[in-house]
Amino acid sequence: MLHIVNKSATDRGSLESCLRMATKGSAVLLIEDAVYAVTNGSAAAAKIQAAAADLKIYALGPDLAARGMAGRVLDGVNVVDYGGFVDLVAEHNSCQSWL
Amino acid sequence: MSDMDDMDEGSGIVKKFMFLNRKAPHGTVYALEGLEVVLITAAFDQDVSMVFTDDGVYQLLKGIDTKGIEVKDFSKTYRALDGYDIEKLYVDQASMDARGLTEDDLIVDVTTLSVAEMANLMAEQDVVISF
Repeated sequence: MLHIVNKSATDRGSLESCLRMATKGSAVLLIEDAVYAVTNGSAAAAKIQAAAADLKIYALGPDLAARGMAGRVLDGVNVVDYGGFVDLVAEHNSCQSWL
Repeated sequence: MSDMDDMDEGSGIVKKFMFLNRKAPHGTVYALEGLEVVLITAAFDQDVSMVFTDDGVYQLLKGIDTKGIEVKDFSKTYRALDGYDIEKLYVDQASMDARGLTEDDLIVDVTTLSVAEMANLMAEQDVVISF
C-alpha cells in the first residue's frame, strides 16, 4: 500500500497516524507541507528514521525545493519527482491519503 | 471623544499591530495573504511587528525555489519589507530549535525572542492579526 501525507507534522497529527497504521513493506510518500518532516533537525526526524527500517519513505522533490529544503533531506529518504509520484501510485494496489 | 471624532482625526492615530504568522508557506494560502495584508497596513503608517512562530518560521527560509510547483515565490518580498518601514521582524527561538533552524538559515535579519519575550510583545499590542 502507498500512504500519502500532505500536512506538516508540527501542525497536524496525520504523519503520526500514518506511521502508526502503515504495515511493514508499505511505502509512505510525503508531499506539500509534510516534506518538512524528512529534513535534518526536524522534530519528526528520529521517528522517520526509525520508520525507515520497515517502510520505504519517499518525499516529493519539487515540494522540498519550494520550501528551501532540497539540501537538507535525511539519509534513507528517497526523493522523487512528479513522474516518480505517478510510478508509485501505479506500482501499488491501493493508496491512502492522510488528509 | 466619539468614534466619529476618532475617524475624523484617523490619519494621526498610530496603533501597535502584530501580524502573527504560524503557517508554512505554499501548503496553505495564509502566508502569502498575510504578507499582502502587512504591506497594505504599512501604507497607513502604523506601528507594525511581524512575528513568526511554529511552522511560520519556515516562511523565512533561504533557498526557496518554487518553479517545480508552479506557484509564486514570495519569499523575496520579506527582504523588501524594510522599504515599507516594516523593520520589526521577530522569530520564536523555541520554534526555530524544534525545526533545527538557526538565524543563518533565514532570508532576512530578525530578532529572536524567548517565549516570555514573545508573550510580552503580544500583550502590549493594540491589535493582533493571525495568519
